[in-house]
Amino acid sequence: MIEIENLSKWYGDFRVLTDCSTKVASGEVVVVCGPSGSGKSTLIKCVNGLEPAQKGRISVDGMEVMARGSDLTKLRARIGMVFQHFELYPHMTVRENLCLAQQKVLGRNRDEAVAKTEALLQRVGMAQHIDKHPGALSGGQQQRVAISRALAMDPIAMLFDEPTSALDPEMINEVLDVMVELAKEGMTMMVVTHEMGFARKVADRVVFMDAGAIVEDRPTEEFFGNPESDRAKDFLSKILNH
Amino acid sequence: MGDFDFGVIAGNLPFLMQGLQLSLLLTFLAVLGGIFFGTILALMRLSGILPLSLLAGTYVNLIRSVPLILVIFWFYFLVPLALGRPIGNFYSALIAFTLFEAAYFSEIIRAGIQSVRKGQVHAAQATGLNYWQTQRYIVLPQAFRNMIPILVTQGIILFQDTSLVFVVSLRDFMTVSSIVARTEGRLVEMYIFAALVYFAICFAGSLFVRRLQKASTI
Repeated sequence: MIEIENLSKWYGDFRVLTDCSTKVASGEVVVVCGPSGSGKSTLIKCVNGLEPAQKGRISVDGMEVMARGSDLTKLRARIGMVFQHFELYPHMTVRENLCLAQQKVLGRNRDEAVAKTEALLQRVGMAQHIDKHPGALSGGQQQRVAISRALAMDPIAMLFDEPTSALDPEMINEVLDVMVELAKEGMTMMVVTHEMGFARKVADRVVFMDAGAIVEDRPTEEFFGNPESDRAKDFLSKILNH
Repeated sequence: MGDFDFGVIAGNLPFLMQGLQLSLLLTFLAVLGGIFFGTILALMRLSGILPLSLLAGTYVNLIRSVPLILVIFWFYFLVPLALGRPIGNFYSALIAFTLFEAAYFSEIIRAGIQSVRKGQVHAAQATGLNYWQTQRYIVLPQAFRNMIPILVTQGIILFQDTSLVFVVSLRDFMTVSSIVARTEGRLVEMYIFAALVYFAICFAGSLFVRRLQKASTI
């Protein structure tokens, strides 16, 4: 589904990604982890072309992301993305947040879009908040709405960029629960996160990054049971033992 | 003090109101036009397309380094030459004000657009909205919300600047006040009256801005 080959990216002289290669098969859940500044978020934003990269190749469902003339707008409509800071539109109600792209991009009529919106909000337990503005919701609630907004487009895959990093601890689980359920339903997911419990529970593979390079890319159990690199061992000992 | 006769105001009220009407109409239309063209200029400058941003940048810097009164003169003399026929002093003043204000509004709007978080643009793009849809539904509504106080302030300045149209013999509020003052020989009364009217309108505008600013910080 998602193929990344020898991807490199520079900000001026500073190299943020170095020859990154990995794949996410259809229905697979891949967790990307690593210390801050290791390039995880940059990598995931390259997948739908929000960040340009200078070298390498990315293809999503057979479409070349980095090729000149690729219709990125069309591609993005088919890949859902969830952000660290939710990025709900503050000037719109929850309903309008979910309906906008359904109507403007997919061309659904108002009734179809609203019906879809109501069904999705029901699923994440946010139906009663449909008329509120994002500012009136807690972080966990906003993120659940943001996930629904992405799902409203019937995506073929979902990208999560540290979806729980900006949340208060007591709200993390309500968001992870939605993600676990999504994974169980067979959604293809690429998730940048520090939630190792989530990774253990649902990830098929773990990609570990450090200093812009992919250091390990292995099945979840192997990664946690027997990390190969010292950097991954060090990272896991810091994040798990406290 | 006993010599003051404020009765001249009542006697010339319809004439004075015509002048005020022209000032307000010119302000209103120039603000609308200025915001419209200012938005286009701001989008050009931020487009990342070099010829467009260079063109808009040159225009803005050129206009901003010229006095308004000169621009009013330019259009008064140049537009009839370019079109081959006179368009009347109201329209030439309106075009001058609109294009002049567009340069100032574009700088305000540019700052407003830049105040919208990049994540909002990413979120919109990630759902497949194209550039225009992202600007129209996500960026500009939030940008204008942040900008309303300073846009109103610029509108107040514009209202005061409309008094310059006397140079193309338009009868704005300031001009008609002067005419009454001189023909009736009541200079002091009329200039006090004119000052009070400008003060009332502009002060009401500032109060409105203060309320908006309070509302937007909550």
